Amino acid sequence: MANIMIRQADNGGLVFYLPKRDLEASIQSIEFDSPEKWGGELKLDNGGAYYIDPIARPPRLPISLRAKRLGAAED
Amino acid sequence: MAVLTREETEALIAEVLEVYPDKAKKDRAKHLAVNDQSVEQSKKCITSNRKSLPGVMTIRGCAYAGSKGVVWGPIKDMIHISHGPVGCGQYSRAGRRNYYVGTTGVDSFGTMNFTSDFQEKDIVFGGDKKLAKLIEEIEQLFPLHKGISVQSECPIGLIGDDIEAVSKKASAAIDKPVVPVRCEGFRGVSQSLGHHIANDTIRDWVLDKRDGKAYDSTPYDVAIIGDYNIGGDAWASRILLEEMGLRVVAQWSGDGTIAEMMNTPKVKLNLLHCYRSMNYISRHMEEKYGIPWMEYNFFGPTKIIESLRKIADFFDDSIREKCEQVIARYQPMMDEIIAKYKPRLQGKKVMLYVGGLRPRHVIGAYEDLGMEVVGTGYEFAHNDDYDRTIKEMGNATLLYDDITGFEFEEFVKRIKPDMVGSGIKEKYIFQKMGIPLRQMHSWDYSGPYHGYDGFAIFARDMDIALSNPVWHNMTPPWKKAEPEAAQKAA
Repeated sequence: MANIMIRQADNGGLVFYLPKRDLEASIQSIEFDSPEKWGGELKLDNGGAYYIDPIARPPRLPISLRAKRLGAAED
Repeated sequence: MAVLTREETEALIAEVLEVYPDKAKKDRAKHLAVNDQSVEQSKKCITSNRKSLPGVMTIRGCAYAGSKGVVWGPIKDMIHISHGPVGCGQYSRAGRRNYYVGTTGVDSFGTMNFTSDFQEKDIVFGGDKKLAKLIEEIEQLFPLHKGISVQSECPIGLIGDDIEAVSKKASAAIDKPVVPVRCEGFRGVSQSLGHHIANDTIRDWVLDKRDGKAYDSTPYDVAIIGDYNIGGDAWASRILLEEMGLRVVAQWSGDGTIAEMMNTPKVKLNLLHCYRSMNYISRHMEEKYGIPWMEYNFFGPTKIIESLRKIADFFDDSIREKCEQVIARYQPMMDEIIAKYKPRLQGKKVMLYVGGLRPRHVIGAYEDLGMEVVGTGYEFAHNDDYDRTIKEMGNATLLYDDITGFEFEEFVKRIKPDMVGSGIKEKYIFQKMGIPLRQMHSWDYSGPYHGYDGFAIFARDMDIALSNPVWHNMTPPWKKAEPEAAQKAA
């Protein structure tokens, strides 16, 4: 489990940020994206995948969350 | 356009790496790359933020350098204790030219060195008592200080001192913030982790101390983040923002105070100059206080205009209008400078190797002068910095991460730039090779280089470095005469 931060990108997409490793990547897909259920598996553009517990869609980004890495560590 | 083609640059890298043993070669190869603007993600071509190889000459610093030297050190009304043996503080004292206004030793302490001067007995029995006594003495001798930060040197982490407990107790006793910073030098691979640690301590111990208190804010409040006022840089940036009609509430941390930092959560926009060292606190303020942040670049008129417009777009039309007025007012001055220096500097090639933001930010300023950056690299960048650099650099130019002394010399010998921009450790090596070098860390004791006023100084400095007549006299007379004599004999 790692603390991560999700923020809005200038182009409208979402950006994933892992402070511990200074890893910044844009989120290509998010498993659940509705107002009441938001989160699940996040696929990053660097090939990594993370899982966040689905929550209600946060009213304001950025938000810090706990995430679990799926698969091997990417660079 | 680069001097070498892609294939030639690749061959050059391979050739330079030839001297290393296999394992070292494999490791260093990942840190050297030929720029390709079509690459979206830098990690596909360059590896960064990795431990330096033992045995090579690296110019990186340590976490203490990143925290005490860069982030905390310039806060002028606080006393930063170098907690541990005397050397770390003494040899880094006042070296970074973070200018400030104030009376040193009375209400400002920027160039002074405070240290707990660890001796053998402090290592054996612990230094907590000494630290408590030191804080007491500081309070007595310098009553106008506004707070203390305890910057740990390596031994503190090794002997397990509890500086947090001492700090909390002392803070209650003197009724001023006392911030323990766990920035022992052995942490991380470079000064970069020190920046992060320092940002985290500011977040935890300083930033929220005035939350909920009344504050007269205006809709035009901004903070300058990550400008360390080297040679007066932050002042040259600040006047432009003020002329635009914005109110600069805080300077982080060049010529900054702790009160400014506590007021920063009230601003409307954070302007981030050094992304590498202060993106952490900007991200935190965005999440906690909803303050947007943007990166800007005040090197060279092209980038200044771009950045000023981008900043103005966050505000209403009155600011946008004033922004255009500012640009129009300075344009004749810029045209004059470019007309004067561009013919003298046109086509000159530069290689850079600096720290946090300059390897990419100054490229625009060189291009405004008609110069060309043919190689660039960072001491301690992460992948996100290279993501931003790839777009700024020409195709087939060299990128090098945490370059070693040997590699840098070999690259310069082969690429033969007209000038190198790096630090004091490189300066005399390259000047003895006959290549002018400007220090891009300390602006070679000149500056400021930020803003319109800074560009005038930048252009002049580059010209005096390149046009110095000494570069025509690099061959001693007895060697100059030789070919002629040989011809006569033949």
